Amino acid sequence: MGYILKLYITGQTANSVRAMENLKEICKELVKDYELRIIDILKEPQLAEDDKIIATPTLVKELPPPLRKIIGDLSNTEKVLLGLDLVRKQEA
Amino acid sequence: MSELYDVNVGEQLPKLATGILGFDDISAGGLPQGRATLLTGSSGSCKTLFSVQFLYESITKYNEGAVFITLEETPAEIIKNVKSFGWDLRSLVDTNKLAFVDASPEPGETSAVVGEYDFSALLARIEHAAKKVNATRVAIDSLSAIFSQFSDSRHVRNELFRVTAGLKKMGLTSIITAERSQEYGDISRYGVEEFVSDNVIVLRNVAEAERRRRTVEVLKFRGAGHQKGEYPFTLTGNGIEVLPLSGLELTMPSSDVRISAGNQDLDRMCGGGFFRDSIIMASGATGTGKTLLVTTFLNDGCMKGEKTLVYAFEESRDQLLRNARGWGMDFSKWEKDGLLKIVCSYPEVRSLPDHLLSMKAQIEEFKPKRIALDSLSAMERVSVGKSFSEFVIGITSFIKHKETAGLFTVVPTSMQSVTSVSESHISSLTDSIILLRYVELMGQMRRGLTVLKMRGSAHEKEIREFTINDKGMQIGDQFHNVGGILAGAPMHIISGESDKLSGMFVK
Repeated sequence: MGYILKLYITGQTANSVRAMENLKEICKELVKDYELRIIDILKEPQLAEDDKIIATPTLVKELPPPLRKIIGDLSNTEKVLLGLDLVRKQEA
Repeated sequence: MSELYDVNVGEQLPKLATGILGFDDISAGGLPQGRATLLTGSSGSCKTLFSVQFLYESITKYNEGAVFITLEETPAEIIKNVKSFGWDLRSLVDTNKLAFVDASPEPGETSAVVGEYDFSALLARIEHAAKKVNATRVAIDSLSAIFSQFSDSRHVRNELFRVTAGLKKMGLTSIITAERSQEYGDISRYGVEEFVSDNVIVLRNVAEAERRRRTVEVLKFRGAGHQKGEYPFTLTGNGIEVLPLSGLELTMPSSDVRISAGNQDLDRMCGGGFFRDSIIMASGATGTGKTLLVTTFLNDGCMKGEKTLVYAFEESRDQLLRNARGWGMDFSKWEKDGLLKIVCSYPEVRSLPDHLLSMKAQIEEFKPKRIALDSLSAMERVSVGKSFSEFVIGITSFIKHKETAGLFTVVPTSMQSVTSVSESHISSLTDSIILLRYVELMGQMRRGLTVLKMRGSAHEKEIREFTINDKGMQIGDQFHNVGGILAGAPMHIISGESDKLSGMFVK
């Protein structure tokens, strides 16, 4: 089973752009397939309700369980991987 | 002249009525419109209820949409908690009048912070919700919860500042709650007040003498007026009700109509009876005939077909009926006819603000023309701090507005003493004062009565003797050759001496 990731942003702010770039790099290292959805809260506010997002950017790992959230521009790859229980290619 | 002084003094920021009973009086019209107001209080001080009520009244009284941003409890919990007040939030949500922004922490969910972030998401969600229900008012409850989710409180403070600035930009009038750790001391934890410091309201829940006393204080409204100091509030079936006691205005109508005290001699002493809308205080030690005075006063009302209401805090209903029977008055008949209502309870059953509210409700419902309270001193027993004088002011002004006569009895602190604590509180609020005193003369205890004060009317100045028999109170002659009765030390004056005294004033 692959990963399902959602990245919440609010418009094209500096934080949003940095988070998207950082996430792209991180995803390159993932061992499994992944599905990434980028949600702009300004355009789709209702989606943020369901995940109770208050800060952006926020990365949500929906699958596999448990659900994990990482708040911030994801500038530290190690911490992101650790926080999401993601596994790197090299380690697999 | 310098431009610094060029300010329109009379101009005040517009206020938005909250609809919370009494609060709009003490805040001189409600919350400053289009601004954020910080509502702080320790845990259990009704912050959440206050904010929910603010929104609920907004929708139901003023037909304006509202948004509740919850950072602590889930919307489901809030909906459930306020159901007991008869507030159906669920249907308000379904009809697009109320919107929740749920930012409550998910149990067991951990979120890590990696790198820079901001709260634009929260602001975007509030904006979205506000648009959906066409909101004018929002409440954020409570900010302290958000600080526990993020470790860098300085950054959180800055971000929250942006959020409140955003609310202002949208023209929303908002309540933002924050926890404080002590009842008196720092305004709030985490220094929240620093970014919403324009307006601050403090809710308190203070334990005094083993009783809880809830108060609300408008600490500041920048650029707008308000009443100062703490005002008691209480929880009723309709939510929060503030008692704007000291904020009352003396605007009662005044009546010239006289009513009888049920005793012709006493009426004569008062210059023709009590005024229709007056507050009469009867002060006397135990056994001097206060309850008799109350009984005849009520009986006279019933005989004239007026509704009467009596609060007995020292005697039971049966005792009252028996006493009345002993003086030849049939109270059970009046009760059956619906002219008399007897409310007996111990003052201890509830706090004074609650007593005041329930009495107001009963008076409103029964619409009596005469009210007796026997005795006010019993209420003093359960009072805390300023609550007794607040109670007396509250009940007297309420009764007067209803154009109802009120007879309150008070007991002086000792058998002989003239004043009591309650008298000093209320004597200036009452229109008439009747003193009942024991007079010890020649080895006998006799009773004396005098009218000390009749506002707006002449009255007799004599101290008369009275006796009590099976017909009630019999007022006799003035005490001759006795002095010092009111001072509590009656002295027989030898007749030669009194002749000399009266001679002193003969020209």
